[in-house]
Formats: sequence, C-alpha cells, structure tokens
Amino acid sequence: MRDFYGTTLANGLMLGTAQYPSPAILEQAFRASEAAVATVSLRREGAGGAGQTFWSLIRELGVRILPNTAGCHTAREAITTAQMAREVFDTPWIKLEVIGDTDTLQPDVFALVEAAEELTRQGFQVFPYCTEDLIVAERLLDAGCEVLMPWGAPIGSGLGLNNEYGLRSLRARFPDVPMVVDAGIGLPSHAARAMELGFDAVLLNTAVAKAGDPVAMARAMARAIEAGSLACAADPMEPRDMAAPSTPVVGKAFLE
Amino acid sequence: MKITLNGETRELVPPYPTLDRLLADSGFSGTIATAVNEVFVPAAERAETPLHEGDRIEVLAPMQGG
Repeated sequence: MRDFYGTTLANGLMLGTAQYPSPAILEQAFRASEAAVATVSLRREGAGGAGQTFWSLIRELGVRILPNTAGCHTAREAITTAQMAREVFDTPWIKLEVIGDTDTLQPDVFALVEAAEELTRQGFQVFPYCTEDLIVAERLLDAGCEVLMPWGAPIGSGLGLNNEYGLRSLRARFPDVPMVVDAGIGLPSHAARAMELGFDAVLLNTAVAKAGDPVAMARAMARAIEAGSLACAADPMEPRDMAAPSTPVVGKAFLE
Repeated sequence: MKITLNGETRELVPPYPTLDRLLADSGFSGTIATAVNEVFVPAAERAETPLHEGDRIEVLAPMQGG
C-alpha cells in the first residue's frame, strides 16, 4: 500500500458512514469491510446531542478518520469547516469538497485549488475531491496536496468509472502521487477496476449503505478492492484483438 | 440583543454571556466546534469571546458523512 501523508493503510478501502439503515448495520458493515478509513462530517448539533452518540460509535471502530467538507460551496466555507473538523476530530486530514454544481455535485475546481492552498498553509493534509482533469491535478499538487481524489462518477450515482480514459491518463501522468477514486462507485466490479488501473484506494459510501444487504456488500467491496490491487501488482497481460490458443498446438492428434 | 444560534433567533438579556457561557446555558456539551459569523472560534478562545448584536453562532458536532 502507498502512503497517504506518511500513513500506510492496511488496505485500499475508505468507507463513508452515511445513509445506513441503522447504527448497528453501519458498525457491522465496517467490521465486515475491514475498511482502513471512515469518512465523517460536521453538522449542526441538535438538542439531544445526536452527534455525540454517533461519534462514540465511530471511535469504537478504531479506524482512521477522514473528515469532509461536504456541502460547502465556497472556499471560505470549506476552510472554516475544515478548521472546525480539525479541532473536533483531532486530525490534520481533510477531504476537501467544494461543490460547484447542485445537480451533479461536480467540484468547483477553482475554489478547490484556492481552499487547498490556504489549508496546506495552515498545516492541513488535504485530500481534494477533484475531477480527472490533468491541469487541475497539477494545480492541486502545486498548492501542496500530496494526494488526489478524482471522482469516478457523480456522488451517489453508482455509475462507476465514467471516464476511464481520463482516470488512466491521470494515473499515468502522476505515477508517484497517491490517488483515491472517490464517488460514483456502485458495484464491486467498479472498485476492482479502479484498483486494476493502479489507483491506491477507493472511497465509497452509498454503494454499501444503500445495498439491500449492506454488510454483505461491504464484504464484497473489500474483496473486490483486494482483487483489483493484487491484479494490478501482478502486471496484467496486454489485451489483443485476435484469438491466441492457450492450449499448445504442437502435438495435437489427427483424428479426422 | 438578538443573536442566531444554529439558525434559530435568540434574545439575550444583560449581562450578555460569552460564547462558552451561551453554550453551557443552551445545553451543549461533548465534542463540538464553534464559529461566530462564519469565523472558526477554537475551544480555547470561547471563554474570551464576547457576543454582539446580530452574531450568527454555529455549533457543529460529528455526523455521518461520505
């Protein structure tokens, strides 16, 4: 596994904590997935202290925490949210989301770079939720990001890897940068494909939480990510257009 | 004076509380983070943060996220 800001993770699964049918199923899904990282957010605390109960549950999982700035639409809003998250979760890690379009939840990459620059200056270790655009990636790296998190498809869509060519190009252009495919994963095959392409991790949430059996899907995702990672390391064969017999031709009997 | 706490308008009477006193009086405890007028206020500074007319206070806590 590759390092993320000096931290080596046990596997390539980062799992979200939202939309599960119940806290108990969330916990079971995490245990089944053996996810190395849990993503969390900050929201207004209610009178009943719901946030405290949730936080106790997550802490007991014993996984690394990656807070997000989900729902932020400006650099300033994202920076303030990140500052609040650092205090609450006691980590310099921040999944930086600055949303630019309400229908696709596509990141506003200009505000993203602006926020990444400022947060890096303030000592954060930024995981920027970005597109597969090469120039945006370069600007984010110039801003101090040491990890990139390109989308597979719009958040919650389950469409998989919408632009495999773009992701492959990004991976090839920056071979030494740790990269996580974040968002859009719907099936284990999508997650496996991302790992086969050489990505270092996959961040997903809805695909597990909204499955009919989240615990079983969590297990399936874990195995797919392991399979994709092993396949990438095993140096897959080159595809070819024409058939090539795998059984030796030499020595075949003439039985006509 | 009027302030807004997590989107709800509150009327405060003198002596006006500091931020940490407002949080305690409003029943907030545990793991929370605060901002006043969209500016982060670290926990260590809440006791020295006075409140003013029209202040918008946000109190956030851990929540599910993807």
